[in-house]
Amino acid sequence: MSAEAPVPLLPMWLVAELTYRCPLHCPFCSNPVDFARERAELTTTEWCRIFTQARALGAVQLGLTGGEPLSRADLEQLVAEAHRLGYYTNLITSGVGLNERRMDGLKQAGLDHVQLSFQDSTRELNDFLSSTRTFDLKRRTAALIKERGLPMVMNCVIHRLNIDHVARIIDLALEIGAEYLELANTQFYGWAYLNREHLLPTRAQLERSEAVVADYRQRIGNRLQILYVISDYYETRPKRCMNGWGTTIMVVTPDGTALPCHAARVLPGLKFPSLREVSVQQAWRDSAAFNRFRGDQWMPEPCRSCPEKTKDLGGCRCQAFLLTGDPVATDPVCDKSPEHGRVLEIVRRQNDPGTQLPAPEQPLVFRSPENSARLR
Amino acid sequence: MLLFPEGMVRLNASAAEILRRCDGTRSTTEIIADLEQRFQSDAVATDVEAFLQSATKDGWLEWRDPAAT
Repeated sequence: MSAEAPVPLLPMWLVAELTYRCPLHCPFCSNPVDFARERAELTTTEWCRIFTQARALGAVQLGLTGGEPLSRADLEQLVAEAHRLGYYTNLITSGVGLNERRMDGLKQAGLDHVQLSFQDSTRELNDFLSSTRTFDLKRRTAALIKERGLPMVMNCVIHRLNIDHVARIIDLALEIGAEYLELANTQFYGWAYLNREHLLPTRAQLERSEAVVADYRQRIGNRLQILYVISDYYETRPKRCMNGWGTTIMVVTPDGTALPCHAARVLPGLKFPSLREVSVQQAWRDSAAFNRFRGDQWMPEPCRSCPEKTKDLGGCRCQAFLLTGDPVATDPVCDKSPEHGRVLEIVRRQNDPGTQLPAPEQPLVFRSPENSARLR
Repeated sequence: MLLFPEGMVRLNASAAEILRRCDGTRSTTEIIADLEQRFQSDAVATDVEAFLQSATKDGWLEWRDPAAT
């Protein structure tokens, strides 16, 4: 018996990117590389209006993210309003700024769950990747979250530099008492795309990490749920990105632009609606951008006649654009794509012991307002 | 609709009927008896047990030791 009912086209999952301000500088950040271009942040009142409109349309899951959402002094107010409206509220945070006062304020406001990021299981690499001294602080933050009795997801983005630490990362999650661990292989958008040669693991690294995860899952049972996000460059079928364009998720950027996914603004030729100008309902139902890749009419071959199109929906539009220059193309991760060779070539280079990676003229680019301004 | 960290599931009617009875006080036997009465059926036990098992595996449910309450 399947427990799931068929799902209508509703923005059930609202992702509120409250700010692009962030004390961390992770080189795999999913924020757009040109975030410095962002216009003024939405006010408290504007966010509350968006929460109300989205809730009326069926939104129930609310991710409060950024940047670092704790950079907003009104976070407690926003959580309280979201809670009052009936959302399940998730705070997605680096932990920086989550002191006792704010933790109590958030708990009192009705916060349901915290996702806390670590960049690694070692202080050295955590602090190097984030360009901050935050490892010990994150551990204290984890203790604070547990003391207050909130469910906690530990998130760690996995890549070439830390994938060999997966066992220790799982140990850390067990030690801090996380209920879930998200081991997210880097998806190559935003800053991560820029730093891909530094970050894409080798096949041997990937296989070792998968074996470690399988071994832990068997040993630890239900104590910790490990969500393992695959590295899709190594797959032969594309991911069902965002559960389909404009089907389930609406991302709202700090300036109120409504997007079907975090990265969609890289796509050329689409004008994304501003929730300062239109309602959530208008953006979701009527905007050309949200309708652009719904259904399968937009699909070219080989997707259009492919029996698997209902499963992967042609893959990711942003990835298709970044790797082929064409946002309508089949996601080149698919081995049926005529452009699949591009992915194979990237993977071949990453695994070739004769290639010096990354090239010396390509240093790791850390996420910072200065680098963002330079890259716009 | 069941909401949890990192996910959500839109439950079908039977799953919802089972899950809303999982309140931390009733036993599986009581839940089955309640459903049998509500739906005038005596064949729900297998489905309920299978669902509870998979829901536990997915982390939707926690079990409480009756001796501890």
